[in-house]
Amino acid sequence: GPDPLITEMQDWASSTGAGVDATPYGMPIQFESDVVRRNVEWLTADTISSINFTPIHALDGTITPQGCAFERHHSGAIELRKEDYRLMINGLVDQELVFTYNDLERFPRENRVYFCECAANTGMEWAGAQLNGAQFTHGMIHNMEYSGVSLRTLLNEAGVKPEGKWVYVEGADASSNGRSIPLEKALDDCLVAFKANGEALRMEHGYPTRLVVPGWEGNMWVKWLRRIEVTEVAVESREETSKYTDTLANGISRKWTWEMDAKSVVTSPSPQAPIKHGPGPLVITGLAWSGRGAITGVDVTLDGGKNWQKARLAAPGQSKALTRFYLDIEWNGEEMFLQSRARDETGYVQPTKNQLREVRGLNSIYHNNGIQTWWVKANGEAENVEIS
Amino acid sequence: AAAVAVVDGSTDTLDGQGDTDVMAGDDTAAPMGKIGLGRPALPEEVAAWNHDILPDGTGLPDGEGDVWTGEEVFADNCAVCHGDFAEGVDNWPKLAGGMNTLNREDPLKTVGSYWPYLSTAFDYVRRSMPFGAAQTMSDDDVYAIVAYILFSNDLVDEDFVLSKDTFFDVEMPNADGFIIDDRAETELGLFSAEPCMENCKESVEITMRAAVLDVTPDHGGDDEAAAEEAPAETEMAAAESTPADEAPVVQAAAEEAAPVATEEPAAEETAAVDPALVADGEKVFKKCKACHQVGEDAKNKVGPILNGIVGRAAGTGDDFKYSNAMIEAGEGGLVWNDETLAGYLEAPKKYIKGNKMSFAGLKKADDIAAITAYLKAHP
Repeated sequence: GPDPLITEMQDWASSTGAGVDATPYGMPIQFESDVVRRNVEWLTADTISSINFTPIHALDGTITPQGCAFERHHSGAIELRKEDYRLMINGLVDQELVFTYNDLERFPRENRVYFCECAANTGMEWAGAQLNGAQFTHGMIHNMEYSGVSLRTLLNEAGVKPEGKWVYVEGADASSNGRSIPLEKALDDCLVAFKANGEALRMEHGYPTRLVVPGWEGNMWVKWLRRIEVTEVAVESREETSKYTDTLANGISRKWTWEMDAKSVVTSPSPQAPIKHGPGPLVITGLAWSGRGAITGVDVTLDGGKNWQKARLAAPGQSKALTRFYLDIEWNGEEMFLQSRARDETGYVQPTKNQLREVRGLNSIYHNNGIQTWWVKANGEAENVEIS
Repeated sequence: AAAVAVVDGSTDTLDGQGDTDVMAGDDTAAPMGKIGLGRPALPEEVAAWNHDILPDGTGLPDGEGDVWTGEEVFADNCAVCHGDFAEGVDNWPKLAGGMNTLNREDPLKTVGSYWPYLSTAFDYVRRSMPFGAAQTMSDDDVYAIVAYILFSNDLVDEDFVLSKDTFFDVEMPNADGFIIDDRAETELGLFSAEPCMENCKESVEITMRAAVLDVTPDHGGDDEAAAEEAPAETEMAAAESTPADEAPVVQAAAEEAAPVATEEPAAEETAAVDPALVADGEKVFKKCKACHQVGEDAKNKVGPILNGIVGRAAGTGDDFKYSNAMIEAGEGGLVWNDETLAGYLEAPKKYIKGNKMSFAGLKKADDIAAITAYLKAHP
């Protein structure tokens, strides 16, 4: 029969809605209240030194809204006023300098889109399928448009001495999180960012400034950036020795594994985003990225890797930024083993988890970029599985 | 001169500056003009922030600490999370043990079994610990703590004294356990073969299911059912009936969750409490949040819930494992009020000797008054 939503007068078509002053800064409409960052309680001892996950299963496009972009803090997110902000460059430079926030805004500015992925993204999946949702398996990632000053410009202002080979970057929070970055990278594409997606960085993303280290593991993207020291050697801080190192099967560990390799995941359908409409037209979509350059292609399989087809990229891949892919199919209602496989401009093809395990063993923790499988059942529900 | 390649990976062509800039650090190249912003950093400013210690010991401060002092300082400042013997409490890091486990299933990575440089341990303890009161310990105490951690790992004897002079007497067992990222040699080539597109395998079997493990948050619980079904319910509501009915419910819920905490109890419980002071206290309380919670959903964490702490005997909160010292203080008649809280918060270690709160204390009387007001506002 006729749809009452059409045939009957609805309230919203008769009475008035919210005025322009109702929400000077708007939040998503209440019906989207489930699209939020989520935490995995058993992962860490305390939320103050912990991580949460971007709801990638519910987002589309490539830009991650700041309000649901994953957070990782080591001593909690701090409130640091622009007026109280200072950035120091010291060490092997001609002139050690202090900048205020206002100083930073007076340097020539750049705008760039980059993904930021935690090295531990998908780390819980090394031993096998564990967390049932793309948000939890692949949600330690976000992708924003940053506005800021190139680190090169700031270092030039201080004048790097010839013996300087590294920069050590440190945050203003209590964890004083610091990482060493080779000078080549610091002078290449790093940014000291103060805006993301057009607006000031959110507190949890490092307000008023954070470092952007394109393509490299998120731990290096120091938030509340307060100090840049030019050094001759790496500092070998806790975050680059005891953590963010990758232990191989023989007990030897890789260090300085900075680049994030090419990776992809189907975000929908997925365990948190089941198919609700039954057989017929189905949009399969997901994200692909590489820390070594642009994504040049994504293949999708419906049968667990027996046969693959090329997905459609929503836009040509951008270097070190998320790429959205689609595969529009006519779903026959039969179960699927959905996988995606990314390829980047270096020719690298995303490996299977087993291929990675053959090289690294099971104790690696970080940098798991293996192919993800969703078992989509005839009723449209999906589950995280591993397959032969 | 160091020739540094500028690789601009982005695909845009509107880069007005940057790509042709000459690198700093390259003496032979014409330098990019300096813009002239910022001011010289003063030596005392650099000294105040530059705390990093290099693997060769550069940056190590004067001072020393022995194992036994370390045990005491560790018990006071670290044991609440890391255990009396550095064995770790709950999910907090274990600092000792795990020797020769790195090539086994589930290796135990501790300062002893894994960390390649002792400088890292000193640097980290001095800079980032204790959690919630970073950079409050003396250099002697940091030396002592690190000495105790080494002792807990059987790496030094009980009479060991750590200082600049003895720093490199310590051999870190896993010093040679690291290689620089070798993916370029071991993986990139291997994973750059042209991939199979058709008839790539004969059969596909499930080898592992996440649902069997059932460790995903919000699964199985009541919360989860609600969260998972929310979108569906809303859709239904929107499609079938009057969404206007739903709105007030949601609003009411939102109001309930919002500003109650600061206003209502303050007004009700003690009319004398100044809302501005409570607000100040909320800010000061951030220092406490690493370990303590207040408010409706508060849970015992490293420290006990502080709801209703004012007016209560010491060491009597529900379901929290207090130190014997704290329990004895309560049994001895210590009740938390303006005066006792002020004494305790100023110098927790002195006020109740042997209690396990690892907080150095609040220096400012204003902060103590504010936090007391804030706690009163959470009866």
